[in-house]
Amino acid sequence: MSTEMSTQLLQTLPQSPGVWKQAWRRLKTDRVGMVCLYITLCFIVLVLLAQLGLVAKDWQKEVGIPFAAPNFVGKIADGTQNAIVETVAGPNVDLSDVDPLAPRYQEWEERAAKFKTAVIVKADTLPFGADQQGRDVVSKVIKGAQVSITVGLVAALFATLIGTVLGAIGGYFGGPVGDFLEWVYNVFTAIPYILLVFALAAVLKSGPLASTLGSGVWTVVIILGLVGWTGIYRLVRAEYMKHRSREYVRAAEAIGASHASRMFTHILPNISHVVLVQLSLYVVSFIKAEVILSYLGLGVPLDMVSWGTMLSEAQTELVQGKWWQLVAATTVMATFVTAFALLTDALRDALDPKLR
Amino acid sequence: MVPTLLGVILLIFFLFKFFGGDPAEIMAGLKASPERIASLRAQLGLDKSVWQQLWVFVQQVFTFNWGKSWTTNESIADIFSSRLPATLTIMIPILLLQVVLAIIAGLAVAYVRGSLTDRAIMILTTVALSISFLVYIIVGQYVFGFLLGWFPVQGWSNSVWKNLVTYAPLPVFLAVLVSLAPETRLYRSFFLDEIGQDYVRTARAKGVSENAILLKHVLRNAMIPILTNVATGLPGVFIGSFLIEVFFSIPGLGREILVAVNRSDYPVIQAATVYLAALTMVINLITDVLYKFVDPRVTLK
Repeated sequence: MSTEMSTQLLQTLPQSPGVWKQAWRRLKTDRVGMVCLYITLCFIVLVLLAQLGLVAKDWQKEVGIPFAAPNFVGKIADGTQNAIVETVAGPNVDLSDVDPLAPRYQEWEERAAKFKTAVIVKADTLPFGADQQGRDVVSKVIKGAQVSITVGLVAALFATLIGTVLGAIGGYFGGPVGDFLEWVYNVFTAIPYILLVFALAAVLKSGPLASTLGSGVWTVVIILGLVGWTGIYRLVRAEYMKHRSREYVRAAEAIGASHASRMFTHILPNISHVVLVQLSLYVVSFIKAEVILSYLGLGVPLDMVSWGTMLSEAQTELVQGKWWQLVAATTVMATFVTAFALLTDALRDALDPKLR
Repeated sequence: MVPTLLGVILLIFFLFKFFGGDPAEIMAGLKASPERIASLRAQLGLDKSVWQQLWVFVQQVFTFNWGKSWTTNESIADIFSSRLPATLTIMIPILLLQVVLAIIAGLAVAYVRGSLTDRAIMILTTVALSISFLVYIIVGQYVFGFLLGWFPVQGWSNSVWKNLVTYAPLPVFLAVLVSLAPETRLYRSFFLDEIGQDYVRTARAKGVSENAILLKHVLRNAMIPILTNVATGLPGVFIGSFLIEVFFSIPGLGREILVAVNRSDYPVIQAATVYLAALTMVINLITDVLYKFVDPRVTLK
């Protein structure tokens, strides 16, 4: 009876919406933010589809002639593609009586017949042109989006993880542990960003870890993560220092919650908006950093494609007048980065109404 | 400062010691006999204990004697002294133009805050920021160097004056152009913090001209964040913009370090990292002292 009463009482009480629900409501009123959210979601779906191999699986196939022009430009006749081979008139001279290999021709032809050779018709034009190897630029951009966005996201998550854990420990415990972490922070920030990237790249490229990591995307993720954690560490540490002596944390201590539990189940949800905003800022800056690193030859390996590798290919193509790869990669990247950056702004406004 | 510098030395030493490759194997190359590797190890002091090696490393840092590059056999000191002038030729004009233009643009945009122009410029800078730095220099080099032929596409000479007049303008122009969007946003926010203050209203009420308000009152009060921003960019002047140097084949320090990374030439990278970190700390210290001159209210502890 009494339990029924209390549930009834609870239902009649005015519901106070949670932080996330409130934030969502505020975000929904932000028109720019919502449009950017949809654009970002479209990109994420595209990345997932590419990851599952549903789209742009055949990006490495040569579907067009080298530098096939976009459909709307039409075929460009520059005379270099089809060199005319002059053929000598008349039948071939019969050499079979002096040719030592003649008896085996029959056998080889039979063997060769067992293998199918498919003649690929290479298109003269493609929806958005082709690169030097005749690969479709549209598939390349999609595949590049998958690699670039994944690298940006994973590296941002990695940096956030390091920064949050260290910041939580430093801010929550303070004392000698906090001082030590402050020292580590000072050391990392004293070294100019790009030099730390290069030092790590040099070490990961030639050191014992090179064989396990390969020259793959993981190197980029580790470099960006190890270099980028300092910003979020600073913020999280400040938040933990503020929260550690608040009443709800003391109450949790009184009911016997352990340090770890207080740090990560009590305080962390209360500062998660700070972490989320910082995370999305990182995604944007890491996607940009990946482009630069790939150009400098420290990023994504040659057998993969990212927006960065596309742009570095575009440098030589542009001089030859093949602008489509550059335009495609730039437009898609700019769309995603703008949408994501504006979404981050909207998220910050939605999560922290005091900032307005 | 001293513990931080010590930390930087420790970090760099152990990073290369434990995660880097074996220097003897890198130097000897792929087809080296075990004896050659062993003799190189002895020569480099790799057969000593880790602590002795650390001591040697610390001595190298303080005596500026880093020996020779592993790949070119050029002394590290020579590498730095011969590459630095090219970097400075590019970077000093970039820094100066950047700061002056950003202050002007920031003040102008802050002055018309909230207007249509302000919002249009803010949207424009957001879009401009989302396009990669790489695209700007690719297109810039193509348009100004190749299509219009106003500048040489790339190159470098031995004469400082010729470099400054012929080869530097295009990279400097492009670097300043690219930095204009983020810097304008940043400086606008510095000025906006001041422009809403009471002292601005007081000045306006007593009839001070708008120019005097902006240039004397607001600019002076916004000096602290501006100074901080310039100080953060200052170490970069010595290291150069890697991308610009690689792209325009400028024989500067930045390109040299990138080449060293690709060749696993550890001493060059280690020396650059340690000294740049030290330089950063010195610049930060000087900035702190300068705060006092810019704003007498600041007290140094």
